[in-house]
Amino acid sequence: MRELTTSDMFWLLFAARWTIALTVVSILGGSLLGAIIMVLRVIPFPPAKAVAILYINLIQGTPALGQLFIVFFGFGVFGYDVSPWFAATLAFSLYSAAFLGEIWRGGVHAVPHAQWEASASLGLSTLQQLRYVIIPQAFRLSIPPTIGFWVHLVKNTSLASVIGFIELTRAGQIINAATFRPMTVYLTVAAAYFVICFVLTQLSARLEGSLRVAR
Amino acid sequence: MDYTFRFRDVLREQDLLLEGALVTLQLSGVSIVFGLLIGVLGAAMKTGHYAPLRRIAGVYVEIIRNTPLLVQLFVVFFGLPSIGIKLGPMQAAMITLSINLGAYTTEIIRAGVEAIPRSQIEAGMSLGLSGGEVFRYVILFPALKKIYPALASQFILLLIATSIVSQIAAEELFHIGAYIDSRTFRSFEVYTVITAMYLVMALFFRGAFAAIYHFVFVRR
Repeated sequence: MRELTTSDMFWLLFAARWTIALTVVSILGGSLLGAIIMVLRVIPFPPAKAVAILYINLIQGTPALGQLFIVFFGFGVFGYDVSPWFAATLAFSLYSAAFLGEIWRGGVHAVPHAQWEASASLGLSTLQQLRYVIIPQAFRLSIPPTIGFWVHLVKNTSLASVIGFIELTRAGQIINAATFRPMTVYLTVAAAYFVICFVLTQLSARLEGSLRVAR
Repeated sequence: MDYTFRFRDVLREQDLLLEGALVTLQLSGVSIVFGLLIGVLGAAMKTGHYAPLRRIAGVYVEIIRNTPLLVQLFVVFFGLPSIGIKLGPMQAAMITLSINLGAYTTEIIRAGVEAIPRSQIEAGMSLGLSGGEVFRYVILFPALKKIYPALASQFILLLIATSIVSQIAAEELFHIGAYIDSRTFRSFEVYTVITAMYLVMALFFRGAFAAIYHFVFVRR
């Protein structure tokens, strides 16, 4: 056991960059796949809708911790060894896709149905209607809940500590194991998450206000 | 791929698995009851006329909703003993889950209360309803109907989130999974089975909550 030093605290807080990196990469991956989920969910083709709903229910009905373990150990089944970073970004991308797909579907459904009919009467195909008429309107509506999900994701990346990925929480565990100052260490970790999340929460609230005025 | 799946090694431990699932349900039940109580109190403070209480409730909600449950658990389970408060894993889990859920239910209930227009309360009074009747038929029932879906999905999120307390060795379903994993080395099979069990519980309760909604709010 040794003293908790200033450089320990710097190292700890600096680990936040891995929390942010994991969140950003997962948001990028999740947005790509989430866009596909959203499209499958809103096009008038029942099998596509069924696949999307099944996916959303599977992800939203199971613990993120379980998904993380299944992805992490799943590669071992096929004889591949993957790093915690790879497993975590993949698992959280798959996780985000379900939530973002569902949020964006909500945005699409909030656009009045007459907009679909009007664009169809102009001769646009279903995907063109989505691309040029519906999504531009749904986009604004979806921004606040999308940022709300980012906050949720930042917090959930703490679970990656369990498979040994060194982000904020895991860094806290390592420092605590060396210095045994759990209260100081974990409150510092909590404060770091708070700063990241609070900035996003305020941004979301502000956008919600200004977008409502603009409508 | 020359991997042989051996789910039988995992399913052999069905008694342990069911026991773990039962603990998960108990943990969820207790946390939901206390989380709701905290939520009602928090909403009363947030919608009340007393500014310091409003401020306190607001700070509570922001702190909890902007930090991870896992870190909250670590503060309670590992941090509190250093100021002389020692808790067992199960106690720490229940306390943290209740406090965590309480922040979310505070916001949900507050939104429900604020959604009842004042004019509706005045209309009820002008019809000659007593104060109690106005509270019951004009405020409570419509507010409950409005917040019920949000509360129900929050409860299911909590049920799923209880898996996180395995990290302080509270012996619920996910922890049982880790134990079976340590004895069989069938990590993939173990966590697939465990995750599927959470899915079954989540879908069951989603169905049950929807049925309750239908019976209580739609049929009358």
